[in-house]
Amino acid sequence: MIRLSSITFGYSHASPLFQNFNWEIERGETWAILGSSGCGKTTLLYLLAGLRAANAGQIFVDGESLTRPRPRTGLILQDYGLLPWATVRENAELGLRVRGFYGPDGKHTPKDFQTENRVPYWLERLGLAEVADKFPSQISGGQRQRTAITRTLAVSPDLLLMDEPFSSLDAITREDLQNLTLSLCEEQRLTLVIVTHAIEEAASLGRKILLLGDTPNRQARVFENPNAGVEGHRNSREYRELCELLWREMRNETE
Amino acid sequence: MKRSDVLLAALGLVFVWQIAAMLIQRPILPAPWVVMTVFFQEMGENLVIHFGVSLWRVSAGMFLSVLAAAPAGLAIGGSKTWNRILSPVIYLLYPIPKVVLVPIVFLFLGIGDTAKIAIIFLILFFQIVVLVRDQAAGIPPQLLQSLRSLGAGRRALFRFVYLPASLPAILTALRQSIGTAVAVLYVTELFATKYGLGYYIYYQGSTLFNYPAMYAGVVAMSLLGLGMYFAVDWLERKLCRWKFVS
Repeated sequence: MIRLSSITFGYSHASPLFQNFNWEIERGETWAILGSSGCGKTTLLYLLAGLRAANAGQIFVDGESLTRPRPRTGLILQDYGLLPWATVRENAELGLRVRGFYGPDGKHTPKDFQTENRVPYWLERLGLAEVADKFPSQISGGQRQRTAITRTLAVSPDLLLMDEPFSSLDAITREDLQNLTLSLCEEQRLTLVIVTHAIEEAASLGRKILLLGDTPNRQARVFENPNAGVEGHRNSREYRELCELLWREMRNETE
Repeated sequence: MKRSDVLLAALGLVFVWQIAAMLIQRPILPAPWVVMTVFFQEMGENLVIHFGVSLWRVSAGMFLSVLAAAPAGLAIGGSKTWNRILSPVIYLLYPIPKVVLVPIVFLFLGIGDTAKIAIIFLILFFQIVVLVRDQAAGIPPQLLQSLRSLGAGRRALFRFVYLPASLPAILTALRQSIGTAVAVLYVTELFATKYGLGYYIYYQGSTLFNYPAMYAGVVAMSLLGLGMYFAVDWLERKLCRWKFVS
C-alpha cells in the first residue's frame, strides 16, 4: 500500500534524519514506529501524511506518488487537534464539513465521497453521545481523543496515522483506547501506523514494529510481533521478551 | 460578575455623586436627580439627535475598522512573509497616540463626518490588527496540521480555523479600545460641527453655562460608551460560548 523509496529528509540547517531510507507497508497491517525523541519518528509520520515533502526519493501510496495530504488518510495527534470553539459534535463533523466545503474534487475530497453523515453513529459507538454538545475544555482527555478518532472515522479513511495519541492519558484510559483502536482497525480494515516512544505501547499495538535510532536512519529495522492485539498477548512471555529486546536495542542506540 | 452587583455599584456611584453635590453646594456640580430630570427632558428634544450622531460616527468607525483590520490581521498572522514585512511597520505605528493625528486628518479629510469616522477607524484599526495577528500566529501548528490532514487547503483553513479563532480577538480589541474611541470622538466633536455629544457638552458648559444640561451630555456620552461595551460583551457571550463554559 505504501512504499518509501530512497527517502532522504532533513530539516534545513540540521543533519538529515533519513538517508536513502526504504520501507514498505502492506494494506491492513498495524505498525508501530518506536524510537527515542529526535529520531525522526514524528517526521516520518508527517511524510506519510503528505504534510512534509522528502528532499529526495519518493513515497508511493497505492502506486501513486504522494505530494499532498491524501483524502483517505486520517491523522490523529497527541494534543488532539480539536477546535476549542466547536462542540464535540461540530469537531467530529469537521472532516465532513471540509469535504462539503470543496465538494468531491478528487484533490481535497475523494471523488466518490458519500455525503452520508456517519457522525451520530460514531459518536454513539465511541460513547460520546452524551457529551456531544460540550466543548473540548469540558471533557476528559480520553473523551477528547475519542472525539479526534470519531472525526477521522467519519471521513471513512483507509489509513490511520497516529502520533503518540495516548501518551497524556492515564493507564486505564490508555489501554481502553489502544484496544478500541485495534478493534476498529480490524473491523474497518484500516491500515494503522502509530508513533510512540513507549516500548510497551509499541509491543501491544504493532504487529510490526519499526525501530528508529541514530540519525540518519538508513535502514528499516523491523521487529515482527504477530500476536499483538490477541487477547492475553500483554501477559505472554513472547511480549515480555520482545519488550526486553526492544529495550536493549534502544539502549544500544543511545550509548 | 453578577448583574445585581453591577447595578449595586451603579447605585453606589450615584450615591457618592449625591454626597459630593451636597458637600460642594455649587452650580458646577448639580445633584444626580437634577441632572437626570434634565437628561430626560433634553433627550425628548435635542440631546437625542446629538446622541444619534455620535453613535453613528463611532459605530461607522468601528464597523469599518473591523472590516479592514480583521482580514489584515489574519493575513499578517497567517503568513510568515507578510508578518516579516508588516510587523515592523505596525510596531512603529501602533504606539503613536492617534489623537495627535486629529489635526492632520482634519486637514486631509475636511471637517465633516468622514474625518471623525476616520480617526475612530485609525484607533481601532491598530488594536484589532495587532490582536488578530497575534491570535492567528498563535494557532497551534497541531491544529493546522490535523485540519490539513482532513483535506483542508488554504481556503478551508481560513474558514474553519483562522476566522473563528480571530473572533474573540476582534471583540477583545473592540472592548479595550471603545473607551479611547469615545474619548477621541469627544475631542473631534469639539471642532467644526454642530452635532454630536462632544459639541453638546462643550456648548452647554462653555457657552450657555447650563451645567445640568452639560452633565446630561456627560451622562449621554457615558451611556454611549457603556452601551457599546455591553453590546460587545453580549456579542462575545453569543458568539464565543466556548469561552464561558467551565
